[in-house]
Amino acid sequence: MSDQSTLIYTAEHEWIRVEGNVITVGITAYAADKLGEVVFAELPDVGSTVERGKVVAEVESTKSVGEVYAPLNGTIIEVNDGVTENPDWINEFPLDKGWLFKLEASNIADLEAASLLSLDEYNALIGK
Amino acid sequence: MTDRLSAPERFSPLHQVHVNAGASFTDFAGWQMPVRYTSELAEHRAVRETAALFDLSHMAEIAVSGPDSAGFLDYALAGKISTIAIGQAKYSLILSPHGGIIDDVIVYRTGEQHYTVVANAGNRKQAAQALAERVVKFEATVVDESDSIALVAVQGRNSRDILKALTGLELATSLDELKYYWSAAGTYRGNEILIARTGYTGEDGYELYLHNEHVTELWETLMNIGRAHGLVPAGLASRDTLRLEAGMPLYGHELSRDVFPVQAGLGRAVALNKENDFIGREAVVSGPPSDARLLVGLISEGKRAGRAGYAVFAGDDDVSVPVGAVTSGALSPTLGQPIAMAYVDPALAIIGTEVFIDVRGRRIPATVTALPFYKRKASA
Repeated sequence: MSDQSTLIYTAEHEWIRVEGNVITVGITAYAADKLGEVVFAELPDVGSTVERGKVVAEVESTKSVGEVYAPLNGTIIEVNDGVTENPDWINEFPLDKGWLFKLEASNIADLEAASLLSLDEYNALIGK
Repeated sequence: MTDRLSAPERFSPLHQVHVNAGASFTDFAGWQMPVRYTSELAEHRAVRETAALFDLSHMAEIAVSGPDSAGFLDYALAGKISTIAIGQAKYSLILSPHGGIIDDVIVYRTGEQHYTVVANAGNRKQAAQALAERVVKFEATVVDESDSIALVAVQGRNSRDILKALTGLELATSLDELKYYWSAAGTYRGNEILIARTGYTGEDGYELYLHNEHVTELWETLMNIGRAHGLVPAGLASRDTLRLEAGMPLYGHELSRDVFPVQAGLGRAVALNKENDFIGREAVVSGPPSDARLLVGLISEGKRAGRAGYAVFAGDDDVSVPVGAVTSGALSPTLGQPIAMAYVDPALAIIGTEVFIDVRGRRIPATVTALPFYKRKASA
């Protein structure tokens, strides 16, 4: 289980875990709850290059669609096939088993400029 | 202080019960209503397999009374209301003079000279106003009773067993004799209740109308006795996927003032054979233009659902122009396939036609299919 406080967050309700120049991305519990039960997750192809701010994954509930953005430029090195099979993991375990993809950053230093949020800042954003 | 631009939030008389049950809420027509309690998929399944309890207290109840009530409703609504018997219910439409749909309603005849028109929460004012304007020539009165009346629905195959286990219910017609689209007036623990065998889920079930102050006790009692029958509380998310599977239109999606009944497949709700004039008659007789789009069902493979507003194309190439638009869509919990309702050009409104839904830039093939997508097995 990830400790929420070691993660960083985006205003688009994604969480990011940084390990070297690789980031793991998922959606927050708040986002998953707002979306409703996820019934379908579409993840990017491994090996594809992604551009910061572009949609790279989609998570759908019966009610709506959530788009997941690439927080940085880079290459997708791994996706969570578990959530393709079990989309409900995104609701049940948003911060661990429900992770979506791992991205190898072209330049991890770009994180500094990406105006990301701490847990406290994210909680303030969602009014928690 | 009231913000004149946004109406104040409204709450169901059951609001605290829902809060205590851990419901998530959504704004629906200015009301804070439960969107789900735990899982909208489990709530959907419960309706299809056992039973679920919905709070629909946001719906509008408009009472019509007086010696000319039947004649008035024949004039104000598209259907022939004067022929329904006491206890009977009828689905109908309030048309504009231009033939568009102001609201879709259910009319319950509750007495010799008494009817209740149940309108959508989002159209309460428009429906009540249209009826009030149209009643002036008639010896009848129109009273919007929405603020004092609560509505809960028990839907699913176990719903009759659950209601039969309710003690203190005295009805003019027994539950076993109550047919589909009929209602029974009576009392529950001495207080007025109307139980109708109607619903919006495609499943057998009942809708219970009573005064606000008695609904909490009824809800809690139903939950207690219903548990043994698989009853769960259900929110508006599951109600939407249930009605979509059942091919039932939702105002604001499939129905609007710009849609003629015939386009929505509701030609049968317009009684052109009734002798009297009714509002919208002339317009619906002339009909919409011959190229007006028609409502169809669309079914696809895979998991990606077309959603309200997505364009429909005849081909999968980028240069083609849209031939329609999706009005509602979801991955069907019961069928496991994406389903949608859409308005398409009449040439394509033929069962079996292949079209494409533009799902966020990707053309997903879909087949025009008959509505409903889901039909329950016949029951007594």
